Amino acid sequence: MVNLEALHELPPAVGSAPTDGAFSLLWLVIALPALGAAVLLLGGKRTDKWGHLLATAAVIGSFVISLILFFSLTGRDSGDRQVTQHLWNWFTTGSYSVNFDLLYDQLSAVFLLLITGVGSLIHVYSIGYMEHDVRRRRFFGYLNLFVAAMLVLILAADYVGVFLGWEGVGLASYLLIGFWQHKPSAAAAAKKAFVINRVGDIGLSLGTALIFITFGSTSFAVVSAGSHEASSGALTGIGLLLLLAACGKSAQFPLQSWLLDAMEGPTPVSALIHAATMVTAGVYLIVRSNFIFSLTEDARTAVIIIGCITLLMGAVIGCAKDDIKKALAGSTMSQIGYMVLAAGLGPAGYAFAIFHLLTHGFFKANMFLGAGSVMHGMNDDVNMRNYGALRKAMPITFATFGIGYLAILGVPPFAGFWSKDKIIETAFADNFLVGLCALVGAGVTAFYMTRLMLLTYFGEKRWEKDVHPHESPKVMTYPLIALAVLSAFGGLFTLNSWISDWLAPVVGEHGEHELGIPAIVMSLIILVVVALGVAVAVQLVGKREVPKVAPEKVSVFTRAARADLYGDAFNDEVIVKPGVAGIRGLAVFDRSVVDGGVEGLATALSAISGRFRLLQNGFVRSYALALLAGATIVIFALLAVNFG
Amino acid sequence: MSTTPFIILSAILFTIGAVGVLTRRNALVVFMCVELMLNASNLALITFSRANGNLDGQIAAFFVMVVAAAEVVVGLAIIMTIFRTRRSASVDDASLLKY
Repeated sequence: MVNLEALHELPPAVGSAPTDGAFSLLWLVIALPALGAAVLLLGGKRTDKWGHLLATAAVIGSFVISLILFFSLTGRDSGDRQVTQHLWNWFTTGSYSVNFDLLYDQLSAVFLLLITGVGSLIHVYSIGYMEHDVRRRRFFGYLNLFVAAMLVLILAADYVGVFLGWEGVGLASYLLIGFWQHKPSAAAAAKKAFVINRVGDIGLSLGTALIFITFGSTSFAVVSAGSHEASSGALTGIGLLLLLAACGKSAQFPLQSWLLDAMEGPTPVSALIHAATMVTAGVYLIVRSNFIFSLTEDARTAVIIIGCITLLMGAVIGCAKDDIKKALAGSTMSQIGYMVLAAGLGPAGYAFAIFHLLTHGFFKANMFLGAGSVMHGMNDDVNMRNYGALRKAMPITFATFGIGYLAILGVPPFAGFWSKDKIIETAFADNFLVGLCALVGAGVTAFYMTRLMLLTYFGEKRWEKDVHPHESPKVMTYPLIALAVLSAFGGLFTLNSWISDWLAPVVGEHGEHELGIPAIVMSLIILVVVALGVAVAVQLVGKREVPKVAPEKVSVFTRAARADLYGDAFNDEVIVKPGVAGIRGLAVFDRSVVDGGVEGLATALSAISGRFRLLQNGFVRSYALALLAGATIVIFALLAVNFG
Repeated sequence: MSTTPFIILSAILFTIGAVGVLTRRNALVVFMCVELMLNASNLALITFSRANGNLDGQIAAFFVMVVAAAEVVVGLAIIMTIFRTRRSASVDDASLLKY
């Protein structure tokens, strides 16, 4: 008997309405950027002149199709909003068959708009940002490759398809982090990101394997229909493996250390891949697998714990960084921690996780691009101690960044207020401790973001010599303005709880959560905490002289935060060193035991044959004797057999 | 007619040939001993052919003779060449082909 109570909270199985009308265009959303990448990367130097325009046009084309699809979807009944497009049978072995199907439902629709929309803006921005780079064509080729892979990830209707996109975005991320490969630090960062992501990928592949063992299929439709009957042990196992995958891709504890180094890539890459889209793939995976996570309390608890740890860790790291991009990267970690936390809250939180993902995509892309604009004006300097008083030199960048700042702080009515408040409220409704973590995180966020704002845009000029900050060209500021508008009004999505209702058919209905106090009081408490964070930052950073060189005499906490809370040191001590020692031991074993055995055998054989070789003495008569002896033995043997 | 004397003669001849091959150093003598062994076996073949009343053994004996004749041609030519280069017909001297 199926547990009726659980069934009530769960969405219906993923349906498969046929594709017709506009929905038959679905494959084109992926095909356009994929084609762009192919033309740019295979076309060589011939495409140098117009390649970046083609790439941008491809992504904008995808965006337009996504808009058409979205409005076609809203035109349908809410029960009829899941469309599956069957492209081809990918492979079949025995009873296991994987189809290359695309699933377009409410969740993928939101992602599609975010990826192609923010992706288009960042492509446009990159036209200006990468104008003087000799390898610009390649950059745009990689960007298109990334967009195509990301779209495969979110449109696939099967865990194997998700895996394809998952690996694809990992590859694109690797290529783009190491885009300035002449810098050893960039090459090392790319390698680090790739290797750490590999750990997460193992989680996804093992999770997919376990799903196949449990359900006999890996398609969302079959798994969501059968998840009630699966044993709780299997579900928890799958949940934990998928969580490992999410940790790798979304830079969650304990696989977080690659994200800060990933800032070696060009800034548009940091904005698109390492803030707005790719790093949120882990959140997508958890929400997409809601039919598994909703049924396994244990795995969800693990998700919540990981989310809490990461949101605090990221925020603390963000406080101590002088590199503007690394401070923002710490913030990204922390915000994704919020999303993972919300996703771990189960049906109550899925929609808010996605909502925060959306608004974070807007304001974080906005701020990263703003940081890129600042760097553009400051001769690619990233050290905030060399900034200061930039609000007059770069008014548009300042204004748009400021909106992003208000959004991430959660000041009403900007986008972050709506999404972050919901998460904190839901967290408090679930567990007081979890809520407290989220609340403290909000305060720390306010501190480090205010510090970043003060160091960059206010205070005294601390510019290096020969630096003449100037506003960026229009091709860069227009995307900033567009993103700032989205950061300001992104909260409208939650009007009338639209986003929750919209996603309900995918992630399940959930009534109002039980909060002891009215929502307005909760919001006020959060605002007070945020204001406190801002006040502390103003007191500690704004009212003091900012030294050019980071002070050495700092508390042990600051030192820890500067060292990324010893994430690298931890990995080095716990994983790298024992690993290296183990490999050395294996090498010794290989040389002495394996090689020794094989070589010893060979030496023994050659020694024995050296003895036997002496029989070939060259004397014909001794050969004749051997012949005779042999013949005699054969004859006697025959006689013995026949007459014995 | 009993076959035993013929077979005994054949065995004696074969043994003389074999002992000659093993003990003599002169290549020509060794060669003649080989011929002796071949003819000893011919004798045995013909004897059994008579005893069994069919021609198989005699046909085999003809084959042996033909092969022996061909072998003499090749063998004597080799012995000649070795003798010309080394001024010796001893089989023990031609022992370079070894380990």
